[in-house]
Amino acid sequence: MLEFLKNPILTFQEFIVLAGRTIRGVFRKPYYWDDVFTQMDLIGIGSLPVVLLTGFFSGAVMALQMSRALQTYGASSQVGQIVAITLVREMGPVLTALMVAGRNASGMASELGSMKVTEQIDAMRALGTDPVMKLVKPRVLATSVVLPLLTVLADFVGIVGGWLVACVLLSLTTSAQYWSNSWRALEYNDITQGLLKPFVFAIVLSLVGCYYGMRTTGGTQGVGRSTTQAVVVASVWVVVLTFIIGRIFVSM
Amino acid sequence: MPDSSSPVVLAFDRVSLSFGGETVLREVSFAMRRGESMIVLGAAGSGKTVLLKTALGLLTATSGRIELFGEDVTGLDEQAWYERRSHVGVLFQEGGLFDSLTIEENVAYPMLNQPRLACPEEEVIRRVQESLNFVELGHTLEKFPSELSGGMRRRVGIARAIVTQPDLLLYDSPTAGLDPITANTIIALIIKGRDMRHATTFMVTHRYQDGQLLAGFHHDEATGQLLPVNGQRETGRTHYLVLREGAVVFDGSATELEASRDPYVRRFVRREEGA
Repeated sequence: MLEFLKNPILTFQEFIVLAGRTIRGVFRKPYYWDDVFTQMDLIGIGSLPVVLLTGFFSGAVMALQMSRALQTYGASSQVGQIVAITLVREMGPVLTALMVAGRNASGMASELGSMKVTEQIDAMRALGTDPVMKLVKPRVLATSVVLPLLTVLADFVGIVGGWLVACVLLSLTTSAQYWSNSWRALEYNDITQGLLKPFVFAIVLSLVGCYYGMRTTGGTQGVGRSTTQAVVVASVWVVVLTFIIGRIFVSM
Repeated sequence: MPDSSSPVVLAFDRVSLSFGGETVLREVSFAMRRGESMIVLGAAGSGKTVLLKTALGLLTATSGRIELFGEDVTGLDEQAWYERRSHVGVLFQEGGLFDSLTIEENVAYPMLNQPRLACPEEEVIRRVQESLNFVELGHTLEKFPSELSGGMRRRVGIARAIVTQPDLLLYDSPTAGLDPITANTIIALIIKGRDMRHATTFMVTHRYQDGQLLAGFHHDEATGQLLPVNGQRETGRTHYLVLREGAVVFDGSATELEASRDPYVRRFVRREEGA
């Protein structure tokens, strides 16, 4: 009766085993720093344009949409506060993570998947390296450093986008008021939440990308399947986790 | 010449392996002694590659016992396997070369990543160059695998397998997908490697011809040519294993193989002879 649950549970179990091995590996030698820096460049610098664009326009669109509602209540001076809180707490981390999931979790799955089907992962094991240490750990380390940094940049650029719309385009409020409102609205709780989320997302989405890559079977078709699965699963995890973390912080 | 007193290098004792309810190896048993060559024949999907990967600990047997260099390695954990694998050279079916590394880095990989083989950089460079010269690809150091032809990639794979001077060499379908001339070059290199280093050789193939060459020829160091073994087949040194649906249906010498009355083995040998 519960046969249909068997596969998802087995998959989750395998994922947890990989996660456990990777996290244990973080505290153990060997460290392949060259690979870590290469991945940081690939994920960080590589995703910068798309993350900045997304951040900028989400801030801008939020100011735009809020303008009418705020004007109704005569609270248009509060636009900075709304943009800052929404971006730092929620939109910045989630949108950045979704972009990185689409760009890099898929990249990891297809790269590792191709290595798997061409026996490069087997070769690696046969020639004395643990693929978890050599392939998974550097990707997880690099993503967990880079994603919070990307999120901070996306948040900032988003607030700038909001300022452009609110102050330059619609003249809802003065620049001084926008910036001081944005600044004062943010509490330590928001900053913690805004940095903890991307860190957790980074670990999950890089692990998901690597996991689907490493379990690829069935040639090039299999690589395509793994890539799609990695993006879908990573994105779903991002939105589920943002709710869970948000829930914990709201109740605090 | 190995005899019954030579130490056993690799032995399987009733080894079975299943994936998700499907049995891919059924009670496989065999033993190979130092200096011997074993040729594993079988149709596609008969479990040849699985057998090779199980011997290297890349797949874990469901039941049975595996002995490598006289030591029981059944159920060894991954970390313990790394040291054992440093004594074994392997050529994967697709070559298994790392796309992102140059040919030089590919061949140097086992030397740089296996703690047991740690040596000064100059020594690594010398060994890599020597290995690539052996497969006549000494000029390709800076190239990437994608820039080489299929046969050349296979030769780089051989260079990477022998660079550590292993005691046991495993070849997974070294001639698959190659034209007959390139295939014969690859087998000639395998024979050369076997005879110059006296390594124990385990070769999985679908070409009966590969086995015939391996059994019937030896490398003459003086002339650098392949010569027939004293005009007759050296049956004691090479033996055959034939797999069918994961089970061993034949284990014996070339003469015994040709004399076999088993319809599957007969069909296999006849078809290959005719090919």
